[in-house]
Amino acid sequence: MSARDNILARIGLQILRSQTQANIKSGNRPNASLGDDLGVAHRAVREVIAKHERGPLPGFAKHDPVEHFVAECERVKTTLTEVASLAAVPIEIARYLGTIADTQNKLVGWPEFADQDWLSAGLDYQNRPAIGSDLVGVTGCFCAIGETGTLMLLGARDTPKITALLPETHICIVKKSRIVATMEDAFQLMREEIGEPPRATFFVSGPSRTADIEQTIVIGAHGPYRVHVVLVR
Amino acid sequence: MQVQSMFFKQTASTKLNDAVLQRVMKKAKVKFVDGRAEGVALIDNWEDIRTYAAAMRDRVIANLDAYLIEFEKNAIRRGSVVHWAETAEEANAIIVKIAQENDVKAVTKSKSMVSEEVALNDALEAVGVSVLETDLGEYILQLAKEPPSHIVAPAVHKSKEQVAQLFVDHHHSPGTPPLTDIAAMTREAREVLRGRFLSADMGISGANFIIAETGTTLTVTNEGNADMVTTIPRIHCVITGIEKVIPTLEDFATLIRLLPRSAIGQTISNYLTLTTGIKAPDEQEGPAQMHIVLVDAGRTKLVGSDMSEMLRCIRCGACMNHCPVYQNVGGHAYGWVYPGPMGSVLTPVYQGIEKGGDLPNAATFCGECQVVCPVKIPLPDLMRKLREQQFDKKLRPFSERFGIAVWSYFVQRPKLYSLAASVGARFAAWLGGRGKLIHKLPGIDGWTDGRDMPAPEGRTFRELYVEKQRIKKANS
Repeated sequence: MSARDNILARIGLQILRSQTQANIKSGNRPNASLGDDLGVAHRAVREVIAKHERGPLPGFAKHDPVEHFVAECERVKTTLTEVASLAAVPIEIARYLGTIADTQNKLVGWPEFADQDWLSAGLDYQNRPAIGSDLVGVTGCFCAIGETGTLMLLGARDTPKITALLPETHICIVKKSRIVATMEDAFQLMREEIGEPPRATFFVSGPSRTADIEQTIVIGAHGPYRVHVVLVR
Repeated sequence: MQVQSMFFKQTASTKLNDAVLQRVMKKAKVKFVDGRAEGVALIDNWEDIRTYAAAMRDRVIANLDAYLIEFEKNAIRRGSVVHWAETAEEANAIIVKIAQENDVKAVTKSKSMVSEEVALNDALEAVGVSVLETDLGEYILQLAKEPPSHIVAPAVHKSKEQVAQLFVDHHHSPGTPPLTDIAAMTREAREVLRGRFLSADMGISGANFIIAETGTTLTVTNEGNADMVTTIPRIHCVITGIEKVIPTLEDFATLIRLLPRSAIGQTISNYLTLTTGIKAPDEQEGPAQMHIVLVDAGRTKLVGSDMSEMLRCIRCGACMNHCPVYQNVGGHAYGWVYPGPMGSVLTPVYQGIEKGGDLPNAATFCGECQVVCPVKIPLPDLMRKLREQQFDKKLRPFSERFGIAVWSYFVQRPKLYSLAASVGARFAAWLGGRGKLIHKLPGIDGWTDGRDMPAPEGRTFRELYVEKQRIKKANS
């Protein structure tokens, strides 16, 4: 017997034994031979999973997602500005970069935004995934979550997550219409539009941080020191 | 990791006299306890979520084999290789083999308590593979060659001065003045580790949960290290316990409302890293191989037992953060991977009650661990069951067992008990003398070594009760 078979057999026996002890007559697991029993249990489990039942949602799930998102971004130390259209994004990013200490005009970013007029804003936008030495990364997101000020990124050819991870500053362009209330809503949207989670499903809530030395919070551990959201109407 | 739990009493005494440890533990206690209270207060249906989550975890454990099969099926469908390990040795052998077959020289690792259980780093280093812990706390401990003392904040027992000195010893030439600023130390670690993140051949991570529906493994972190470990190297290997499986993405959404709030009071951790299978052919990042090692190492013993509630655990650390014993002795005294109340249950169950026997007794039974547990594990009850097992197996000292046997004899005979209590109360009142304080109790002087015991007034509760009833009757 393989380790797999041994582990599964032990679990099966333990479950049956406890059911016998508790004198449960049939329940989810009829007391048949082990193989049949597991088959029945497996079918039942698949039915449970297919329901995608939601747990109890906090009251704030009913708040306006956009307002909640703005408030929660502040809590997790994501800065945020709002612009009227995608065309206004480069100027806003140039302004934002002017406010941080080591002013940068080189960006790496997702292809989605490569066509914007970065040059007029005085910025050099390189359409490629980030490498270790890049200082500013520009990404979009699949959606954002009001409940916790969270950005949900789904990794794919044109949406590499590394760009949100390696640079010291991560700028995320978020369309207002893509802000949902809860993580459950975000997963539902993903099922509707993509189906299954891609290899990398990535939730970002603020700049990277650590409290590993004397429980003192330090912003900027291994990932970005700054996360800035540009909200597009 | 070798179990040292049989030395709990000696180690705890040493730790109580360790001034540095006492200082950092006092500081940590405030952050953890106040942080959780604030985080929990921000949500209006905390109890409903706890109740739902506990029931969901129980449902999974009651059908654990079926959930694991469903997880395995979906993980394989997405290109992952699923391995099963019955023991620590098997888990290490599997991962060493993966490393050797793929010519892996350098591993980056994000925090995994299961890998601490099985001592994975030692196994990899024994065959010449370099292993780098990348969680800042774990990195500090790797330099210090110490095990973690907390499951969420592994280096909680270290002072910033100790960390600064470790960085001098390992990053600089001797005599370099140590840093004094925690942010500067964090920056230095970032710069030292960055290059090694980028050049590793294999990333090893744990998993906070694995999702049956999608074959997903996931980690919850604040630093971003797990993201590098799971994205950059060409191979990603996950090591985790079989009990970590949850049914759906929705169940993850429920649990993530509990986990960071319980751990430190965050509304959410900075990074939730879900990984499902291998990179797509056109993707520019991600591992070409994904291995998932599901470890038993004692867990199946709990399934269907009278202690199966322990398998609900989501490893938030709230029980230790709120434990008056942990707060004072720190994690190392517990002598194995899991400290605090959850360790006082897991260590004797996984490693044998003969080795971990002192731990269920290292509790005041104040009940705070159960109150703060996000999945309502009845930790005091579980520790009590372990105490009963110890008694039955004659593992406690003779004097204690004799004492309990005597007490048990009397307590089952009410008249005899009443008589003995009446004699005892008068004897104790006499012992207390005029000051009404007992300085030394014959036979159990451990109690009075460090404090006086207030002496009883001389009559028992029952006697007083009978008298009160009589007066009441007479008056009415």
